[in-house]
Amino acid sequence: MNPEDRRTAQRGSIELAGVTKRFGETAAVRNIDLKIPGGCYCCLLGPSGCGKTTILRMIAGHESPTEGAVLIDGENVVDKPPVERGTAMMFQSYALFPHLSCMDNVAFNLKMRGMGKDERRARALEMLDRVRMKSFADRLPAQLSGGQQQRIALARSLITNPRVLLLDEPLSALDEFLRLQMRGELRHIQAEFGITFIHVTHTQMEAVALADMVVVMDQGQIEQAASARDVYDRPRTGYVAHFMGGQNVLAGVVTGRQTGTVTVASGTKNITITAPAPAPALGTQFEVAVRRDRVHLSRAPSQAADPGVNAVSGRVSGIEYQGTWLKISVEDACSEGFVANVPDDKFFADPLKIGDPVIARWDAEQLHYLVARSGKRSAASAAASGSSTVAAAG
Amino acid sequence: MQKLQTGKRPLSFYVLSAFFGLFVLFLYGPMSAIYILSFQGPSGGLTFPMRGWSLHWFDALFSQQRTGDFAGAFTRSMILAAMVLLLTVAVSVVAGLAFRRRFVGAAFVFYLAVASLIMPGLLVGLGVGLTFQTLGIQTRWFASALGAQLTWTLPFGMLIMFAVFSRFNRAYEEAARDLGATNWQIFLWVVLPILFPGMIAVALFGFTLSYDEFPRTLLTSGATNTLPMEIWGMTTNVTSPALYALGTVTTLVSFIAITLALGSIAIIQWRRSRRPPGITTHSTKEQE
Repeated sequence: MNPEDRRTAQRGSIELAGVTKRFGETAAVRNIDLKIPGGCYCCLLGPSGCGKTTILRMIAGHESPTEGAVLIDGENVVDKPPVERGTAMMFQSYALFPHLSCMDNVAFNLKMRGMGKDERRARALEMLDRVRMKSFADRLPAQLSGGQQQRIALARSLITNPRVLLLDEPLSALDEFLRLQMRGELRHIQAEFGITFIHVTHTQMEAVALADMVVVMDQGQIEQAASARDVYDRPRTGYVAHFMGGQNVLAGVVTGRQTGTVTVASGTKNITITAPAPAPALGTQFEVAVRRDRVHLSRAPSQAADPGVNAVSGRVSGIEYQGTWLKISVEDACSEGFVANVPDDKFFADPLKIGDPVIARWDAEQLHYLVARSGKRSAASAAASGSSTVAAAG
Repeated sequence: MQKLQTGKRPLSFYVLSAFFGLFVLFLYGPMSAIYILSFQGPSGGLTFPMRGWSLHWFDALFSQQRTGDFAGAFTRSMILAAMVLLLTVAVSVVAGLAFRRRFVGAAFVFYLAVASLIMPGLLVGLGVGLTFQTLGIQTRWFASALGAQLTWTLPFGMLIMFAVFSRFNRAYEEAARDLGATNWQIFLWVVLPILFPGMIAVALFGFTLSYDEFPRTLLTSGATNTLPMEIWGMTTNVTSPALYALGTVTTLVSFIAITLALGSIAIIQWRRSRRPPGITTHSTKEQE
């Protein structure tokens, strides 16, 4: 084992080294390297089928990797059963045993270890108390609400004294109100127990709100693993920008290089943008992101007007009132849809109408250069993230 | 014009109701006659009218000389049914576990087992009887008849168990493994208890199918009779209402078996799903 891996102060650090998982011919996870520090709240985020649950199950020991190693606190656990790994998993539908009372559900692990009835019940009650479910000890799972069931599932996992708690879509079975409440509770319990939480979700805002570390995945690979703020504010690729939402992605082929700027052909438009150093070569794919709330909209004298550097021109195609701000969609600005989030006071001072020609402008320091990839995948993911952008921008 | 006339039903309603009435009469009428006639007075005959009411013929049932060996046949049938019940439940559960694994040849094995449902029972009994004879083993109710009855109850039990397993959530087993249970502990403490209502259903089928099994048992039970064969024998040589008393007693036994089985399933299901008053599904009660 590499001694460097042991530097983390807290228990429960995880490392995936070259992990691949194939189911028959299809690879659910491809050659993944990932380090999660101990005591970290980590969210695995991605659309369904991206391999996030497979990774969770491989860490838990319910699935073994086809290739590669899973290390917990520097020790390869690939051949170990779940209980010897120091992990505990909370299943998507909680999988509480329907025939056992809450107390016996929580005490299940102790019973399997051969602990006597009185002692294990006392310990289970103690744990129930910590999740504030002591008064429900004699109830059966079917007699509880979704949020209460989740607390029992948490208590049942935590009583094994795990180094790592693995949560598979823990909030997906709950209604909207409860989801926000339990989200806060998960974070609270993670802090209280001080162990590593790995939480699988497909909801961007859930990940951003909870996680110290967000791992964005697509098609069995990691797109970006970074802090929540970095993933949201500084997405590495166009895919992450699209998936997290709140960003405009300008993509195209470099057709001109001037002093300090490059011209990019995007859709029917040529966009001139401040160039990074070193500037990209002519003919290469170039992608850049600008946050929607960092865009200034102004009326254009005419549609044909040249917007200048760090700006695009187009027509207003949609106006959505969001309370403190408005979501203004601009069409015909670049190869993809372009959105500006305008503060309400600014908008209502001179309201735009659908069809109005506009120029969207941004400061050079608001540009965020993306790692360009083959354009095909970014385009496919644009549709998927479209619906979530409103929530993500808030 | 009225679109919907309240209170007036179409002719088809009355025709179908009459048909259903006939069906019920046909199903329960003769049986009711038997139950009523079993309470004939001591001087009563096989037909109406009733000559007083008594339990005389129930008493006569248990005196071997007059009516054949009712008590012995009843005991044998109960023991045989209990053995069939236990074996059917055990084999069905194990088969259900095996068939979840989609092993090579699973479909073939499945059809092979289920095929015995459509084979004429008399022929199965004849075959089993012949085989025992060829091998020089005496046919006995607890050996050859047991085997012959299992060809009938096992496919039923397996079909029920497959249906139960198809609704069984594998996450329970994974959760148990995650919590440190060994394979045996998972089976004992998680799989079996969750399957239990289904097992009662299989047990009920095993018991009732065995208890009144006739064609497969006829040629395999050897020198002694099971209850259905005893009844068959009595219809030809007993000319007293004791025959009816026997019908009443056997019906009562079946009825008790069914009530026990369905009752216990209902109690288990109710216990697992009941919500005590004061609990609402809604989230507003979540705090504290």
